[in-house]
Amino acid sequence: MPTDAADVVVVGAGVVGAATAWYAARSGRSVTVVDRGSVAGGTTGAGEGNILVSDKPPGAELDLARLSSGLWRELAVEVGGFEYDAKGGLVVASTPAGFDTLVSLAASQRDTGVETVVVPAGELAEHEPHLTPSLAGGVLYPGDAQVQPMLAAARLLRAARAKGAQVRTGVEVTGFLRSGGRVTGVRTSAGDLPAGAIVNAAGTWGGEVASLAGVDVPVLPRRGFILVTEPLPRIVRHKVYAAEYVADVASDDADLQTSPVVEGTEAGTILIGASRERVGYDRTLSVRVLRALAAQAVALFPVLAGVQVIRAYRGFRPYCPDHLPVIGPDPRAPGLYHACGHEGAGIGLAAATGRLIAQLIDGEDPDLDVTPYRPERFEA
Amino acid sequence: MSARFEFDGRAVPFSEGQTVGAALVAAGVRSWRTTRREGRPRGVFCGIGICFDCLVTVDDVPNQRACLVPASSGAIVRSQEGDGRGHLAV
Amino acid sequence: MATSPYDVAVVGAGPAGLAAAAAALAGGARVALIDAGRQPGGQYWRHRPGDLGAVADLHHDLRTFRSLVDGAAHAVKYFGHHVWTVSGSAADGFAVRSVAGDAEEEVGARSLVLAPGAYDRQVPFRSWDLPGVYTAGGAQALLKGNEVLVGRRVVVGGTGPFLLPVAAGLAARGARVVGVYEANRPAGWARHAGAVARVAAKLTEGAGYAAALARHRVPFHTRRAVVAAHGDDVVGAVTVARLDREWRVVPGSERVVECDAVAVGWGFTPQLELPLALGVATRVDADGSLVVEVDEHQRTSVPGVYVAGEACGVGGAPLAVAEGEIAGTAAAATATGTALAPVPARLRRRRRALRRFAAAMHAVHPVRDGWQTWLGDDTLVCRCEEVTAGEVRAAVDELGATDARTAKLLSRAGMGWCQGRVCGYATACLTASAPGSAPVSALDLQGVSERPIAAPISLGRLAGDAGHNGQQ
Repeated sequence: MPTDAADVVVVGAGVVGAATAWYAARSGRSVTVVDRGSVAGGTTGAGEGNILVSDKPPGAELDLARLSSGLWRELAVEVGGFEYDAKGGLVVASTPAGFDTLVSLAASQRDTGVETVVVPAGELAEHEPHLTPSLAGGVLYPGDAQVQPMLAAARLLRAARAKGAQVRTGVEVTGFLRSGGRVTGVRTSAGDLPAGAIVNAAGTWGGEVASLAGVDVPVLPRRGFILVTEPLPRIVRHKVYAAEYVADVASDDADLQTSPVVEGTEAGTILIGASRERVGYDRTLSVRVLRALAAQAVALFPVLAGVQVIRAYRGFRPYCPDHLPVIGPDPRAPGLYHACGHEGAGIGLAAATGRLIAQLIDGEDPDLDVTPYRPERFEA
Repeated sequence: MSARFEFDGRAVPFSEGQTVGAALVAAGVRSWRTTRREGRPRGVFCGIGICFDCLVTVDDVPNQRACLVPASSGAIVRSQEGDGRGHLAV
Repeated sequence: MATSPYDVAVVGAGPAGLAAAAAALAGGARVALIDAGRQPGGQYWRHRPGDLGAVADLHHDLRTFRSLVDGAAHAVKYFGHHVWTVSGSAADGFAVRSVAGDAEEEVGARSLVLAPGAYDRQVPFRSWDLPGVYTAGGAQALLKGNEVLVGRRVVVGGTGPFLLPVAAGLAARGARVVGVYEANRPAGWARHAGAVARVAAKLTEGAGYAAALARHRVPFHTRRAVVAAHGDDVVGAVTVARLDREWRVVPGSERVVECDAVAVGWGFTPQLELPLALGVATRVDADGSLVVEVDEHQRTSVPGVYVAGEACGVGGAPLAVAEGEIAGTAAAATATGTALAPVPARLRRRRRALRRFAAAMHAVHPVRDGWQTWLGDDTLVCRCEEVTAGEVRAAVDELGATDARTAKLLSRAGMGWCQGRVCGYATACLTASAPGSAPVSALDLQGVSERPIAAPISLGRLAGDAGHNGQQ
């Protein structure tokens, strides 16, 4: 390896790349982050900033989410400045049958260590006074939190820079440097960058970066819209969403799914999601989706009917066929690590992803067994 | 005798076709809103519905652009604090 | 998509939109004319509902206005309609969705003419959010649309020929205009005599205002600017200062001028949210504004979508009328399946001459970066979210924003009610002038000009019937 090589080149300046850069730089590695766009210019800048344990049934993703939510709590102190809010999540069901399903999901999550509080219909108003009174009940997840995702990425990158990392935006990866079967760096629009390890944290574009290295990682876009209201006082305390959201997240249907997700922000605006569609990178505003989101939000919080929407944005969640992210070294291209495909949970899972990658690069035992997230798992 | 609307308890005259904001300016009222963070006074700035600085509560509906809302007889116009929806806070 | 009852939908009933509607009707099209105002005229021919006789002396070329209104008489009018989104394609038809009071309206059409106009471009200065500080267009709108004076002792400042009619109008209605402070030195006109001479009518308009200012003894200062406002709850004075070539304050030249109102404008910002929603190609014009690329027929890069007036380059009402006529004619031909005739030589020549005039105007009225040196770290850039210049700079210097959109999202400048309409330009300039940033590009401006929700709409209204019937 040439002497001017970085220990680690991270491809992608979104929240996952930022967390990876931070943990790698903190453990003493020389790090260079490259992004063809700007800081947090992709999916990171298009989400709500959720750090959720509530929406995941027991399994590999919940394990990752639990590790990550603890790490985010630490990052809020160690790095800070990104509006970390341990507001908790409230999942509500509109029918008794839905409530039963929700309660049994909560019970199984509790067995893995997730804190849950079952809230009968009559007590919902104590937690969320503006909720429609017609619900069957809910479950409160005190462990759910929120950050301002762009600030989180920018602050982590800034902290990494303070430890010597370089962040180069507007630099596009065009290929890989090879030495035998090994990947030894990236070719970019600004010249070659040799490195001991390359981390593919390119989010939705992770599949394209992988293909430049000659390996297949099936990451595809799943479009979502978010409505933003006028600035308001705090009228929604938690992240509040309908139980159907969990099923929508896990759905393999390409068609549109919408389920109400409503939450306030430190800035005063309320964010309203969530829609899921597989329509490639179509950026066209879908009035049909916006109407569905608005109708569901008003059904959940009737007080919102008279509140103005002042903005809408769309983003593309990077999803894999089994809805698990791709995390770990790629045995098909030694030297290459993947940290992408987090679908709609990228902010929440970023901290754990970055830490695990940094540990793997250092040759340490990772905090969590990464076998479920291995990149070659899709090979026939 | 010209038409009037009520602004914070007093009568403000206007002539047909004027906006609430214009009638307030004509009556010597320069501001009718305070900002959410610093509590700074605001009134008309752009006058054509672009800047949203002149937000005001008209007939209990907050956040209306005074420079666009036509003045009407008997309307109850109130100055507005912050987001204008403080009563909804929980 | 619903069937299209209209051949052509024209959005905007100012000079360009009225001309487009009239031309499309003349071409045999069924035309819908949609505007947020309650009456035609846009900002240029702004007046109260009904007759504009009372403010006729404040207007220019009312003959053209009246003939365009007559020409557009058979358009179906959707006035008082705030368009919140446009969508569709030439193949499937276009939909223009608007909010009017408590109702939502959807207008379908085979082709679209967008004539959204422009509003005053602003650069921040200290305490520019004090009540009593108005945009030049705001002072004008209160006068022409409401017959209300913004103050008795008024300072007018900024740059551009628009400052003259604003000052002249205020003076004509009895305000004491204590000074017009033009940051540039328009004596540069002499060098552009070739472009000016071709546009005698324009020149006459300017000369008329200059004469009016002289008659009212309004002092006209060049290379000077309003760099700060003063007052507790309302403006009571401003600091004006002499500027060097780059618009930095000449030390020692500051002077406090007492006033009860200020009107400022720095050129215009075209309203691009609707064209951008349809994905049209854009470019940066000579004045630094993001504008729509159009061809000979005012066609955009999106089939079936035409743009006329300020949105394809700020150039004033006569140019807007010429472009509107061309766009309306072409849109009607497209929608009705008639062959598109070449643009008549008369219109081509007029458009060319007026565009040259506009280019000359932009050349002598640039906005120089030096305004950024007037700001303190605590000077507000974003009035809505109360984001200071220091905070915008921190997003760039500390958080690594290298483009305007990122600076906006990291600092919240432009994230409030107005969605960056007022501060977008300033944020883009502050970001671009940082070391390591590129000059302001079309992409930068697009990042602060895209507004998928072009006008606020309530969640209940957006939800439609489902939102009103509660649980559905």
